[in-house]
Amino acid sequence: MKRNIIILAILTAMIICIMALRKGIFQTGTASPTAFRMPETVDYNFHIKPILSDNCYACHGPDANKREAGLRLDLEEAAFSELAENPGHYAIVPGKPSKSALYERIISNDPQYIMPPPESDRILQDFEKELIKKWISQGGPFERHWAFIPPVKKPLPGINDPDWAQNEIDHFILEQLEAHQLTHAPRASYETLLRRMSLDLTGLPPTPEQAGSWPEDKSPGAIDKVIDQLLASPAYGERMTQSWLDVARYADSHGYQDDSYRTMWPWRDWVIHAFNENLPYDLFLTWQLAGDLLPDANSEQVLATGFNRNHPITQEGGVIQEEYRSTYVIDRTNTLGKGILGLTLECARCHDHKYDAISQQNYYELFAFFNQVDEKGIQMDAVQAANQQFFADPPYITVSEKEKDEVLAFVNLEKDQSIKVMVMNDDAPRTSYILNRGNYDEPTDSVHPGTPSKIFPYQADFPKNRLGLAQWVTHRQNPLTARVLVNRIWGLLFGRGLVETAEDFGVQGSLPSHPQLLDWLAVDFMEHHWDIKYLLKKIMSSATYQQSSEVTEAVKKADPENKYLARAGRFRMSGEMIRDYVLATSGLINREIGGPSVKPYQPPGLWEETNAGGDRGILTTYIPDEGDKLYRRSLYTFWKRTLPPASMSIFDAPTRDFCEVRRQKTNTPLQALALQNDIQMLEAARVLAQRIVKARPDDPGIVKEIFRRILIREPGSEELQVLEEYYDHALSNFLDNESDAEKLVAVGAYQAADTDPAKTAALMLTAQVLYNLDETITKE
Amino acid sequence: MKKEAPVPQEPLNVNRRHFFSQVSVGIGSIALGSLLIPDLFKGGATEVSESIPGLPHFAPKARRVIYLFQAGAPSQLETFDYKPLLLKRIGEDLPESIRNGQRLTGMTSEQETFPLMPSAAKFRQHGKSGAWVSDYFPHIASIADEICIVKSMHTEAINHDPAITFFQTGSQISGRPSMGSWMSYGLGSENKNLPSFVVLTSRGKGNSQGLYSKLWSSGFLDSRHQGVLLRSGKDPVLYLNDPEGISRHDKRELLDHVASLNKIHGAQTGDDEINARIAQYEMAYRMQMSVPEVMDVSKEPKSIVQLYGEDCQVPGTYAANALQARRLAENGVRFIQLYHQGWDQHGNLPNEMSGQAKDVDRASAALVLDLKQRGMLEDTLVIWGGEFGRTNYCQGKFNPADYGRDHHPRAFSIWMAGGGIKSGLSYGETDEFGYNVIKDPVHINDFHATLLYAMGLDHEQLTFKYQGRRFRLTDVAGTVVKDLLT
Repeated sequence: MKRNIIILAILTAMIICIMALRKGIFQTGTASPTAFRMPETVDYNFHIKPILSDNCYACHGPDANKREAGLRLDLEEAAFSELAENPGHYAIVPGKPSKSALYERIISNDPQYIMPPPESDRILQDFEKELIKKWISQGGPFERHWAFIPPVKKPLPGINDPDWAQNEIDHFILEQLEAHQLTHAPRASYETLLRRMSLDLTGLPPTPEQAGSWPEDKSPGAIDKVIDQLLASPAYGERMTQSWLDVARYADSHGYQDDSYRTMWPWRDWVIHAFNENLPYDLFLTWQLAGDLLPDANSEQVLATGFNRNHPITQEGGVIQEEYRSTYVIDRTNTLGKGILGLTLECARCHDHKYDAISQQNYYELFAFFNQVDEKGIQMDAVQAANQQFFADPPYITVSEKEKDEVLAFVNLEKDQSIKVMVMNDDAPRTSYILNRGNYDEPTDSVHPGTPSKIFPYQADFPKNRLGLAQWVTHRQNPLTARVLVNRIWGLLFGRGLVETAEDFGVQGSLPSHPQLLDWLAVDFMEHHWDIKYLLKKIMSSATYQQSSEVTEAVKKADPENKYLARAGRFRMSGEMIRDYVLATSGLINREIGGPSVKPYQPPGLWEETNAGGDRGILTTYIPDEGDKLYRRSLYTFWKRTLPPASMSIFDAPTRDFCEVRRQKTNTPLQALALQNDIQMLEAARVLAQRIVKARPDDPGIVKEIFRRILIREPGSEELQVLEEYYDHALSNFLDNESDAEKLVAVGAYQAADTDPAKTAALMLTAQVLYNLDETITKE
Repeated sequence: MKKEAPVPQEPLNVNRRHFFSQVSVGIGSIALGSLLIPDLFKGGATEVSESIPGLPHFAPKARRVIYLFQAGAPSQLETFDYKPLLLKRIGEDLPESIRNGQRLTGMTSEQETFPLMPSAAKFRQHGKSGAWVSDYFPHIASIADEICIVKSMHTEAINHDPAITFFQTGSQISGRPSMGSWMSYGLGSENKNLPSFVVLTSRGKGNSQGLYSKLWSSGFLDSRHQGVLLRSGKDPVLYLNDPEGISRHDKRELLDHVASLNKIHGAQTGDDEINARIAQYEMAYRMQMSVPEVMDVSKEPKSIVQLYGEDCQVPGTYAANALQARRLAENGVRFIQLYHQGWDQHGNLPNEMSGQAKDVDRASAALVLDLKQRGMLEDTLVIWGGEFGRTNYCQGKFNPADYGRDHHPRAFSIWMAGGGIKSGLSYGETDEFGYNVIKDPVHINDFHATLLYAMGLDHEQLTFKYQGRRFRLTDVAGTVVKDLLT
């Protein structure tokens, strides 16, 4: 009998597992049932709401149009009221699961009665049913959604190993590690840590000279000094800008089918400047959202509003003006949601949000803020723009040498250049309407600018325009803005945020792994005047950040996703960072900051094969730049939306058609091919080899040297042996085949040094081996 | 350097369990696209890699799709929708009762009249089925009994970008996965050495509109499912070719040393991702052989060249791509997406359209016949069509010798063949003006539902959860058009 039960239990577990696989449960990173322990007190936000939201809200949630049986489970009052279709009965009777229709239905076997209904393809797992039972037994308390409760700094949790902690962060991390019977990793080696910090703060590896000049003293205090040095480097602004460009959907082309040129790059120069000046994040946002509305706005503040003109703009002759103008306003609204507030507002464009308490009315109230711009759906097509020789649709400001001498000194303008940059204004006041199903031609009720009061009420003294919106966004009581930024920064450093779905802090987003830490950091960040450099330094000074990223079998098993941070993150760099890494370590990199975007190597024909015809605008043919423009940092690489740079797309860069907050980190054969055969990579290997061979023609240590240059560490003896063996072998082959060597070292436009071809070719391939290592393209 | 010699490949120390432990680590998808650790599933190149457990949902009729997309939108009135009334009422204004509130693009909305314009092409009935096909397409006409013409397609979009995005991704809004990506995600690949979703482009001389890489993007699905653009010329896959001066043997040596060093480091860091990287390098190495092999049409017999037309030997033409498509299909590629640009006839329609038709007519028919003679038509679904239809009135001044037609969303024609689709069928009907569908409408969502159905997939069940929502190719709509299926 007992054995039968066990077999039955195993079978059930297997079936659940299979069903779960079919449902795609494991794709979302929710805790697996095996890891589940019934909590002492069931928490509504962390235990119950995810179950209800994922399984019930589609029919019993905020969307009034899809609501079944009049039952609504997302609101306390509604969930506790008498059932509309079943008088005398209640979905939830506090303290009494057996009297609660909700519980009775989820445990039913009757296909007519069970919830969720079989046709929904949703199946509750046993532990989920148990949780609901216990929650109802405990009175079924509701709470506001966690992310809408303003963060507060809770006291630091007690930990068993206080010596490990280097700052407050470590208390929160260690508490969770201890709760999960995990131990932290040892500190990363100094070499690893320097490389990690340099990549995190500048997007570049340390130069050998930098690595050599760093203090012998390896105490935390010394590391703090290194952090300060890196934060002071102009490359810091470039690194931070790189990540903001995805959020801001920055591109050098308009998008849509003609996809011709636009000049938004002075805005990008401003972002670099703002990060390097450490403009506080609240101002950084305020200027971008409403710089033009500030009292006595200067041209820098107006330029910043280009943020909200970075969206695609059509140049297709046949469009209906209003349809596209409305699309642009929608894009701005969605970008505010995803990029700044961490909310998937776009769902409410067509209907009340199914999961989050954001109504369609809320959506169009936000929309109304961005709907006052004196703009058109289409101003001119690609051909007209090319004829006019300027590449911005009104409203715009003109950046010329005069302004450049004043507040816009940071714009990298060429001599006598005058550039028009699209910016915001409120010069076309309009009444906004709720658009039925999101369609521009189906307006219904009119709305006024406003924000969802469930998040944080719009204060009476805020003006009803974008400036007021910015005040609402950056108010200390806004529960989202600081949390979202802190989380995004955390994600940059660790590979995943404390909230994994960095773009979605709503009900269906993932829950924070360390809610109290997230809140502590958010409050601390605001208390320190939204100081991003302060935040970065705070996180990087923690013992948590400074751990080794090595993966032990025990940790792999207990926490495969590294949610609890028993080690540091180890993950592939972005396409931009990889390219910059190769340019930097080979010595090719051109460190000029800002200016018009450049066109480095790209496989020929890509633009030509897909353009709308050779005469449509000025981006139909790709003509690579020459000279040192080939070696600019990747954030300056020309971004054509319909065909983004191949070497970036292959490494999961988004198209920039809309705001993106997180990139995937895939591992594909196309990446392997790009790293092996992209001219940029081959040329870097060749140039580095030539430089080393030239400097040390008879030195047997060149293999070791090239290893150091690329990996910024000493090789292990086994590694060196493998590499030297490879070099020797390649050298003897090339000595027999000088013509192959000569062909190989001819790659790339960079001037060749007069070195022995066989030696150079062999060392070049050795460099290629190194550039293709997992370690090289990984932040460890 | 050295003579080519057989070199042992790096044995993989990634096992299946290893792999799944990694997947649950959050790579983001359990589905195995073609580009994923192929050697895990030992077997020949043609062995099917795993799809999502439980898929397909039911027995598939088609195993692969070749989509001959006619970008720019060919006019239904010069292809398959024969409307003699337009000749009778030539030059008359389109009755308001027929237009019935249809919104117009900015190109014709200012027009004072909408003079009806008959087809520049003559129409005839063909085959036992008596299907109407215009004289622009003699070869397609000759296979009338092999194909199923749907004359009742309709969409909402009236501009190219949203319309083509809608067709490719099921939504006018950018960012959703392409059809091919959904197939790759749901069904995996049939060849471990080739991508499961490939894209080929060509361009006619007609007025053309741009293409965008977002059309073959995997959206929020794992980017393994992204379409891989196969190009004519030296590098059919980006960065496929090794530089001059490196032999195959040299490359092997190089990769072996990369792998050795990766392994040393893998042992130190304990990260399984390194093993995955080694496997990707092996796949890349194999692709360097397999892709050029499948792209090489030089060994195709004369009879095949004649079938597709001489152009099929000119790389980058539609005919070459059509032949390529057959070769890719033979090699187990799941979704082969062709685009032929140049169908946007706002003016000069009679001239441009006949030229465009010449580009594609013979090769499109040849592809169907070729698949049939190889016994592959029954499980290969071929689709031919554009993103919307065109107006039955002329754009600009009334001039029967040189007119154009504007975009029209309410009715247009496509055809399909093979893969569980009825042959010799003309489905759906428009009114006498060719303006509105009056019988058996097929919306794009219905088309997608039907396509997935033919592949053994339930469009309501093939979902991916992203941003808290379970997304599907058909969004919240779509009905399988069972009448089209065998």
